Amino acid sequence: MKPKNALKERRQINGNTLLLLITIVLFVLLYAGGCIAYGSKGFTNLQTFLNILISNAGLICVACGMTCVMLTGGIDISVGSLVALDCMLLAYGMGSWHLSAPVMCLIVLVVGVVFGLVQGFCVGYLEIQPFIVSMAGMFFARGMTAVISTDQLSITQDTNATFYGWANWRLNLPFGGVPNRKGIMIMPYIRVGVIIALLVLVVIFLILRYTKFGRSLYAVGGSEQSAAMMGLDVKKTKMKAYVLCSFLCSIGGICYCLNTQAASVSQATGLEMSAIASSVIGGTLLTGGVGNVIGSLFGVLINGTISSIVQFNGKLASSWPNILTAALLCFFIVLQSVFAFLKEKKK
Amino acid sequence: MNKKKITQNALFLPLVCVLLVLAVNVVYDISQGNPFYDFFRITMQTSASGDKLLAGRLVTILNRGSEVAILAIGMTLVVSASAGTDISVGSVMSLCASFCCMLIAGFGVSSVDDVAIPRLILGLIGALVMGCICGAFNGTLVAYLNIQPMVATLILWSAARAIGLLLCNNLIVYVRDEAYGIFGGYIGFIPTPIIIAAICIAVVTLVLKKTAMGMYVQSVGINKKASRIAGLNSKRIIFICYLICGLCAGIAGIVASSRITSADSNNIGNNFELDAILAVALGGNSLGGGKFNLAGSVIGAYTIQAITTTMYNLGVSSAVTPVFKAIIVIVIVAIQAPPVKAWFHKLAASKSSGKEAARA
Repeated sequence: MKPKNALKERRQINGNTLLLLITIVLFVLLYAGGCIAYGSKGFTNLQTFLNILISNAGLICVACGMTCVMLTGGIDISVGSLVALDCMLLAYGMGSWHLSAPVMCLIVLVVGVVFGLVQGFCVGYLEIQPFIVSMAGMFFARGMTAVISTDQLSITQDTNATFYGWANWRLNLPFGGVPNRKGIMIMPYIRVGVIIALLVLVVIFLILRYTKFGRSLYAVGGSEQSAAMMGLDVKKTKMKAYVLCSFLCSIGGICYCLNTQAASVSQATGLEMSAIASSVIGGTLLTGGVGNVIGSLFGVLINGTISSIVQFNGKLASSWPNILTAALLCFFIVLQSVFAFLKEKKK
Repeated sequence: MNKKKITQNALFLPLVCVLLVLAVNVVYDISQGNPFYDFFRITMQTSASGDKLLAGRLVTILNRGSEVAILAIGMTLVVSASAGTDISVGSVMSLCASFCCMLIAGFGVSSVDDVAIPRLILGLIGALVMGCICGAFNGTLVAYLNIQPMVATLILWSAARAIGLLLCNNLIVYVRDEAYGIFGGYIGFIPTPIIIAAICIAVVTLVLKKTAMGMYVQSVGINKKASRIAGLNSKRIIFICYLICGLCAGIAGIVASSRITSADSNNIGNNFELDAILAVALGGNSLGGGKFNLAGSVIGAYTIQAITTTMYNLGVSSAVTPVFKAIIVIVIVAIQAPPVKAWFHKLAASKSSGKEAARA
């Protein structure tokens, strides 16, 4: 009996890593396609890849949070609105209340945690469907953004020199330089958001892999009943997942704001879609229990590659990235469903 | 005992909400120095072109609430059968409106003045077919591929608006023809959307009452497996519910676009998914599926419109109204949540046992 069980388990893991493999292959293919098609316009530069990271630093943080929630079998569609609320708070707080940048960042993080606590309480302890809770959260956050201000705000040198300095700080990499027209080597660079995002990614990866909390997320997502029987506090774990998600979302919001240096009510619309798509494309199962943040990183990179290919083309309508992401999400959801069906048939 | 019976009536929650909204309006009117019946006054006004039209705040609410009422019909069926909501309705509305105007005006044309009747009919049928296609897409994912309803509809929620923009070539397409404007205008002195909503409600009610469809939908919602064993094709019934929901979104899209005689992909149906789900929840339906109450949903839809109109009346900006709606949704759903219900029962039981102890 024993070897047979072990074999089964290995096969299961293979099925899940297969999804991740498909994702990585897809990313490489997409990027290679971009290089071949737009190589003459500079797609092959290292900076193009780094720009994808720079403009998607916020999304990486948000996708990490989304992955944690989806591991428990839930979902959070309020993330885009929360990012908009964060940006608006940052811009308005520094512009009109004249608070310093670190204080505003702290306030934003606290808002994220409180938001997550309320959502987590509704999902975990009141047992309301995550989708309904986070949809209400989405409209609430978007509405609150409008309550703060309906104007287009931007953060400039005059608004807050510290934050502006952070936003424009760049770390030059010691390799991969490209000479410009005058023959001066231009070194590729990354911004502070990328460093934050990569740190978040590593920390969440370690938490999911090696801590009690991380493992209990997988356990709750795999089977709530078994987790409860094992003695895990399912309600608390779920609530913690939502708090973590909203907290990461606030970090993502700060990264997003560092990148755009602006705030408006309609900011970051559709970000929730990109985050969910990134997690799903990265191999996180919608039913919960399977997935990791490395996959989500590749999901984000695929998203970013699609938008930068559309940008390099220059002729395609701006709605194309949206449609392509949705199509990819659809493809991967169907793939997951087929895998689940095959697994059930094997049993 | 009598009191308990009233609170257990299916229409209790929606009616209480209606009364609350009416009370707020009446109080506001009195505080503004208007007669208390100002809210209920229905008058005949003469329009700029000399027609006599119905006017008054109640008429406005009934008129503006038509789209939500139409969407709420489809949403009720979807919620009942699949225990999930279709969050793509707002985007599908916008897509159908864009497709309709694109068919009428032709691709890449931003404005047309005179439209031949066959062209108009082609556009309308196109919009309805597009609604059905979207509904069928959602239905296939949910019913046949076993994907959670909200995740499945998330795809169109994000993509439909973008596809609509693409169909319109990123333009706002205007159809400046009286024949097109009639669906959002007036027939005689009655606003057409009211008539369209009434027809939709009547047709669906008849179908549900005269055929076994209503019972099938409820039984699938209560227990999918048992219904299948009892001989029902559960998957097909769920599929049909999503199809109807898509069709309703198509009709609502036509009405919304006819009101402004154009297809504004970014704004038509914005936030309507929240309104439609709120209507179902306000109507006393459980978002967990099973038994449904169409009349409740329809009353819920008009209540939401009344809330929206009241908020505009009180001077709340349209961007802020979602905050209040979101809070209402959470409160209503929280009241229905099993742990809260159990807590209420416990409270009631301890109260009644306390009374009995006092009697003894």
